[in-house]
Amino acid sequence: MDEPQIYARLAEIFQDVFDDESIEVTSHLSAKDVDGWDSLTHIRLMLTVERVFKIKFKTSEIGNLENVGDLVVLIRARA
Amino acid sequence: MSLLYSELQWLPRPPQGFSTLLKEAGNSSDSLGNTIWSLASFALDLNQLTKLAKVIGKAHSQRASLHPLVPFRLAILSNSTVDILVPALIASAARHGIALEVVQPSYDQVAQEALTPDSNVNSAKPDAVLFALDYRALPLKLSIADPEASSATVQGVLGYFQALRKGIKDNSNCLCIFQTFAAPVELLFGSLDRALPGTMRSLIDAINRELAAFVLDSGDVLLDVAGLAETVGLANWHNQQLWNMGKFSFSDEFIPLYSDHVARCVAATRGKSRKALVLDLDNTVWGGVIGDDGLEGIKIAQGDAQGEAHLAVQRLALDLRQRGIILAVSSKNTDSVAREPFEKHPEMLLKLDHIAVFQANWNDKASNIRAIAEELVLGLDALVFLDDNPVERDLVRKLLPQVAVPELPEDPAGYARTLSAAGYFEAIAFAAEDLKRASFYQDNAKRATLQKQVSGVDAYLASLDMTITFQPFDATSRARIVQLINKSNQYNLTTRRYTDPEIIDAENDPQVFTLQVRLADIFGDNGMISVVICRPAGVGVWEIDTWLMSCRVLGRKVEHMVLREIRKHAQAAGISKLTGVYKPTERNTLVVDHFARLGFSKVMQDAEGLTRWELLVEEANPENASMKVISKGFSGNLETLLT
Repeated sequence: MDEPQIYARLAEIFQDVFDDESIEVTSHLSAKDVDGWDSLTHIRLMLTVERVFKIKFKTSEIGNLENVGDLVVLIRARA
Repeated sequence: MSLLYSELQWLPRPPQGFSTLLKEAGNSSDSLGNTIWSLASFALDLNQLTKLAKVIGKAHSQRASLHPLVPFRLAILSNSTVDILVPALIASAARHGIALEVVQPSYDQVAQEALTPDSNVNSAKPDAVLFALDYRALPLKLSIADPEASSATVQGVLGYFQALRKGIKDNSNCLCIFQTFAAPVELLFGSLDRALPGTMRSLIDAINRELAAFVLDSGDVLLDVAGLAETVGLANWHNQQLWNMGKFSFSDEFIPLYSDHVARCVAATRGKSRKALVLDLDNTVWGGVIGDDGLEGIKIAQGDAQGEAHLAVQRLALDLRQRGIILAVSSKNTDSVAREPFEKHPEMLLKLDHIAVFQANWNDKASNIRAIAEELVLGLDALVFLDDNPVERDLVRKLLPQVAVPELPEDPAGYARTLSAAGYFEAIAFAAEDLKRASFYQDNAKRATLQKQVSGVDAYLASLDMTITFQPFDATSRARIVQLINKSNQYNLTTRRYTDPEIIDAENDPQVFTLQVRLADIFGDNGMISVVICRPAGVGVWEIDTWLMSCRVLGRKVEHMVLREIRKHAQAAGISKLTGVYKPTERNTLVVDHFARLGFSKVMQDAEGLTRWELLVEEANPENASMKVISKGFSGNLETLLT
């Protein structure tokens, strides 16, 4: 799966998890930019990413993400 | 792994554009409550449930009506993070007709919240408290091969539950819902862990057993999480990563399943469990089409793989009937052809005797199901319809959204399990009378036939040779009384629901007059068929707080006989006036004239159709129907034996 495809999938996931269709998913996007991106919603987001991409993250990986760019690197390494 | 449970596969998949439907929920022509109910009726994942809960939360905060969803306030006490569960619970409750409000105190404050009179939970006046505890909440000490120490550990845990329960009962007096415990996967020895006292596995086995017995005895509600976890597999249920990361008690993939189970229990306390199973015949009850394949061609034999799948459906239906679920048939067939396998096929488990209403004709299934509901005097929301044909399922869902229609897998081998997984018939208590209910409804059909033969209603009633028995509430009958109070919708003047502890209060209060009524006739014992509660309302006045009756005995003048009994006790207690209220609901128009028929005068009517009535005891003159009257369990001279 190439990067644009991953970003397109992520956009759908973000809109679903945060219930906001206006979210634009870019590599710089991080928790401080999105309303309601708290620690619990972060877990729900990561669980949804795992389910959609059929991958599993390590606990340390889930905690150490800076922004969406990091997440995409992680997905590319696994998917 | 089977996805039946984690994906709630008995429910239809949500349509494309589900999010848009959610956003437009407020603009629908139907009521908001109905729209939310129908949106909740799909197989929703955690994100979809969360979004639906947001819509419900918004309606709550704007104080919008969610009618016909029934309000329920549930407090959750847990040693794990429930924040992610709460929206799923709220949305799942809507699937079962409940407008759920969740009281959620701070993390891991179980004992403090239960035991402090003015804690968040106790001051919120919840309808029920759910103790959502897992094994990590328990003071478990390994005591390998030491039966005494392990028994002490188990008793200690039970003592903890009793203390929690007492705290809630003393401070909130509401229903307690306890969960059994899913054992952790990790073992010490291996298989021996189950046999040896004091291992984690055998400690939890013992705790679950004791807890179940405790709940059965105390009248609380049990949510069998251990059974749920076993069903989906302990290794799938427990997710160590999620516990470490967020203190989630079990894997996120089962949040929709767990939430649906909590919602079933809550709905069952509000009388919302289903009561009857309507079966399609061709390719559901047997393999093949009786009209085409004939008696020899249909597949229903032991030893035939497809036949055994359909036999499993029959066996489940028969077992459900044994616990009191009514069976009916709706089939597109010529009546005589459809009946043939029941009469002549040696391998059929179901016989015509087991079917309360048999509708085989060429009308559409929606009309037939409506006719079945009418004949059984049940609401459509009491029915489940099982049909292999997706077109028929869809038609019934569209035309009769109140009827539950499970999706079925392609292979009939999965039919019985899918029906069972849907949990339509969830019950929180079992009364011995449940066992007889299915046959009551059948006897009723016989009575209706008799009614046609005997001319004149009074002659018919006399021919039934009825005996009516009046008693005050007592411990023996309490389970059935609570059940009737929480299940009766149609012949119910006020539709007030009471829990076990509230009924005990009524039993013990000498100011409150309670009445349980039984009726027997030539066809057998109908069991308890009516319940009345009168409370003092000023000097010399009784307010009829509750008056309900089973629809099975409609048209027998039972209500007149009940009023005669009330009059007798009112006179003895120096009561000069009875007052009563008719509170209209969607289901009780049957009794709009109840008080008028009994000679009460209307004193008030409000805009919502609520009416108030009163009757001077000395002017009460109810009809005397032809039946024997037994009055027992009352003080001294108020007993009547066979007048």
